[in-house]
Amino acid sequence: MEKTKAYRTMKVLSVSGLCKRYGDTLAVDDISFEVGANEIVGLLGPNGAGKTTTINMILGVLEPSCGTILIEGSDIRSRRSQALARTNFAAVYAPLPGNLTVYQNLRVFGLIYAVKNLSSRIEELLAQFDLTTFRNVKCGVLSSGEQTRASLAKAMLNRPDLLLLDEPTASLDPATAREIRRKIRMFASESTGGVLWTSHNMYEVEEVCDRVLFLSHGKILLEGDPKSLPAKHGKENLEELFITVAREPLTLGNRRLP
Amino acid sequence: MNLNRVSAVVLRQFYLIRGSFSRVVPLFAWVAIDIVLWGFITKYLNTVTVSGLNFVPILLGAVLLWDFFIRVMQGVTMAFFEDVWSRNFLNFFATPLSISEYLGGLVLSSIITSSIGLVVMLVLATLVFGLSFFIYGIAIFPFLLVLFLFGIALGIFASAMVLRLGPSAEWFVWPVPALLSPFAGVFYPLSTLPEWMQYISRLLPPAYVFEGMRSIISGGSASGSVLLMSAGLAALYILLAGLFFARTFRHAVRTGLIARYSAESVA
Repeated sequence: MEKTKAYRTMKVLSVSGLCKRYGDTLAVDDISFEVGANEIVGLLGPNGAGKTTTINMILGVLEPSCGTILIEGSDIRSRRSQALARTNFAAVYAPLPGNLTVYQNLRVFGLIYAVKNLSSRIEELLAQFDLTTFRNVKCGVLSSGEQTRASLAKAMLNRPDLLLLDEPTASLDPATAREIRRKIRMFASESTGGVLWTSHNMYEVEEVCDRVLFLSHGKILLEGDPKSLPAKHGKENLEELFITVAREPLTLGNRRLP
Repeated sequence: MNLNRVSAVVLRQFYLIRGSFSRVVPLFAWVAIDIVLWGFITKYLNTVTVSGLNFVPILLGAVLLWDFFIRVMQGVTMAFFEDVWSRNFLNFFATPLSISEYLGGLVLSSIITSSIGLVVMLVLATLVFGLSFFIYGIAIFPFLLVLFLFGIALGIFASAMVLRLGPSAEWFVWPVPALLSPFAGVFYPLSTLPEWMQYISRLLPPAYVFEGMRSIISGGSASGSVLLMSAGLAALYILLAGLFFARTFRHAVRTGLIARYSAESVA
């Protein structure tokens, strides 16, 4: 436990004054947050709140209109390759190319991330994500749950310092989702990595995340421990709080808690 | 430039081609058909003309060189289209892979695929139609180099165009060689063209190759300095095409198009 607390003082991700403007629309409005080592941070909010826009900016595939993003101290704008070498992601909207097998995709991405002992790392991940029987199956013919597991295996290839997960359990059955949550918790506790996680499953968020950020209309409205945050706002649970953020964000105001 | 990442792009193309009959066949089928068709046309022309001119090195040689240029260009664009078709941009560009490494991978893939087409064409043209490359002397090497460089430049430019305009712009890429061929003087001397077309021809490196080829066949020689200049021009075009691709990529990152590429535009 003490070790975990010590690690959390190290920041794997520092986002400062981040914003993204599309014409007159402000998709992300001056947000700042950090993710520490061994920490799982939930990025929550209704559809269109700016979660995926934020993740895309952290991944370097969307240029911020203002603000800075530091991954392990490397600025994504000026030291892109260095920053992204220690990052990885899985998202429901970015499945692995369907015309390559699971093994081939892992091999290609393993080379890109310069993974050492790549063959054995691939075997390890195939076993870990229960993909051994699918190693020579094209990703395009896998079920959505199997594709998600393949994406997660890719996301773990380089043992990232920063792991970005955009609704990673959205297409998984409850048993597999629980297993995946266990693996990601294990990743966060056993490595020096931190996780930024988006999900609409509040039960899952409460179970997994150390801290949550509620995003609405591009702004962070609330921040805190998912177990204690609902009570602080007079709500029974995280789901009720989520619905309030989605429907009546003004009743909460900009109240970021420590 | 990290060679591991370049090799990853090439390996992806290798996996795709190795496992796919529909990708292997086009590597040599169309160029083989072209050589056979033009081989018989040149044989026929040799029998009906009274000039005694041998059309094999003039026409068949020109077809072979032009097809090589097309294969090089399409080697780059096809490799790029594989990422368009499988919506792989987000996966690829959210990694440490840089634009120069990505383009380097596309170019290396093109070298391999276009070499296969070249070998098939050479074997067919030599064994079936008696085309001897010795007739061009050592000039064949700068000829191939200039066409290769220009094919790469055009392939990168065409890929950037598709990146900018969206997947449906793929249609614009296929006719590009056909649009250029009248200006390149593949089958006739540039002096045949009206003056305004000749101005455009001077900007095209392949035009110097085909002029040099005809000069050698008619007993003259290809100017080394002209070929050097055309290779320099083609290299300049590669640089400009690379800059255009990088600029287009930056635009796509600024607007969010990379993350939503299937939408074709973010407007």
